[in-house]
Amino acid sequence: MTDTLPPIATRRRFLIGAAGFAGGIALVTMLPAGRAAATPASMQAAIVSVTGNATVNQGRIKIDLPPLVENGNAVPLGLSVESPMTDADHVKAIHVFTEKNPQPNVVSFQLGPRAGTANISTRMRLADTQLVVVVAEMSDGTFWRDEIEVVVTMAACLEES
Amino acid sequence: MAARALINVPPKAKRGEVIGIRSLISHEMETGFRPNATGQLIPRNIIKEFVCTYNGVEVFRAEFFPAMSANPFVSFTTVATESGTITMTWAGDNGFHATESVAITVE
Amino acid sequence: MTRMWIWRNAAALAILCVAFPAIAEIPLAERKSGYDFMARETRAMQDDDTSNAGMLWVLDGEALWNREPGAGAKSCAGCHGDARTSMKGVAARYPAFSPALGRPVNLEQRINLCRADRQQAKPFAYESKDLLALTAFVGRQSRGEPIAVADDAQTRKFIENGRAAFTRRQGQLNLSCAQCHDDNSDGRLAGSPLTQGQPTGYPIYRLEWQNLGSLHRRLRNCLTGMRAVTPALGAEDLVELELYLMWRARGMPLETPGVRP
Repeated sequence: MTDTLPPIATRRRFLIGAAGFAGGIALVTMLPAGRAAATPASMQAAIVSVTGNATVNQGRIKIDLPPLVENGNAVPLGLSVESPMTDADHVKAIHVFTEKNPQPNVVSFQLGPRAGTANISTRMRLADTQLVVVVAEMSDGTFWRDEIEVVVTMAACLEES
Repeated sequence: MAARALINVPPKAKRGEVIGIRSLISHEMETGFRPNATGQLIPRNIIKEFVCTYNGVEVFRAEFFPAMSANPFVSFTTVATESGTITMTWAGDNGFHATESVAITVE
Repeated sequence: MTRMWIWRNAAALAILCVAFPAIAEIPLAERKSGYDFMARETRAMQDDDTSNAGMLWVLDGEALWNREPGAGAKSCAGCHGDARTSMKGVAARYPAFSPALGRPVNLEQRINLCRADRQQAKPFAYESKDLLALTAFVGRQSRGEPIAVADDAQTRKFIENGRAAFTRRQGQLNLSCAQCHDDNSDGRLAGSPLTQGQPTGYPIYRLEWQNLGSLHRRLRNCLTGMRAVTPALGAEDLVELELYLMWRARGMPLETPGVRP
């Protein structure tokens, strides 16, 4: 009888405790096989459909996203763009994209001088560990961008579906 | 399922002050990417648009995509320009529509 | 697994196979709510009523509280008046003993008993939107109150039944609740904190469900993960376990509606 040794990761978990082993069993694939997924290319295309041929500068945006997320269903996202928010100089729009969700767009906000600040919070879905990209469009026609890599874990105890 | 919404706007503000507005509405935001028990995709059913007006003037707008969480929450700011009414409307798939208004006193 | 593998890891396996000594309960002063294990951002979701999605159900529950169920029956408010006063502290002492039934009932069951006996109305299905809304609304009136289920001659037996369920190994993995939630509460399972399993915020808005849900729903999730038999929602076994868990959490403040990952 030729048994293969369990892979090293499973073996260590078994030694550490049944809890770790249970974690290995309890994990269920979150996404159905063969589903559509955004790719870095489709995310880039979505960004270009907003920015056109304009240069996209790095900076002016602060993204507040936990680096390790407790649950991908509701990830708190904080956005803050530096701007005086005057008639002459303000943020017109903020767009959020992801790299590996089924489609690249998350949300687009339209602001103006009446917003007072370009500070927004919301909650988004993240299907997997991936890059989140934020693009801001200014009243002077310039575009700014920042991004952050987020690690997404899954709840250990799921329901029977 | 009637949509329940919670909004938070300070009842009073000084003219020119930047105030924080928080909005939360109940909606499952079905993405259209999830399969049901038999493997068919559950059709998309999301809120697509959120608009905030201040005495009838649009001051903030958001376009939602399926990657927005269920029971969408948005927090933003606006300048307290005058007393009146701040109104929030949500619109989406399957003719979904909801609206909530609050009064604000600006001195 | 090959025999070689078993021999190499004999020591570790032996430790796992040996019966554990009597599992120590967490000392009262060291108990922590699931809230304490959450990230700052998730806590922020619970802290403010406008960002706590559970409050949407509380608002629905308030509407139900004031609504007459029909056939000339009174609404909840018709007998209980303003819930802010009449329901203060109530959720904190459930499950409570029902002399009529001779066993403990939880808040969901108490609400349904009221509907059947006093309002001539059909009981709400367990885990239905209406029952969750009412339970959340009643629970909200006890926010901040210390959990205080009765521990007396009538309830003692049921608390012990619940404790037995909590400490008994079960399921395909032969795990007991206590092994994770008493002995390893600071540890992690597949990336998520185990926590002590204190029911301080039910019904909770669980991010995983994107919905409000009851303690029984959460317990069934756990049991599924343990590959153990899952009693039906509202089953006596689950109510006894709920009673023990609330007794175990005695003195901890209620947070209903809590937000949890």
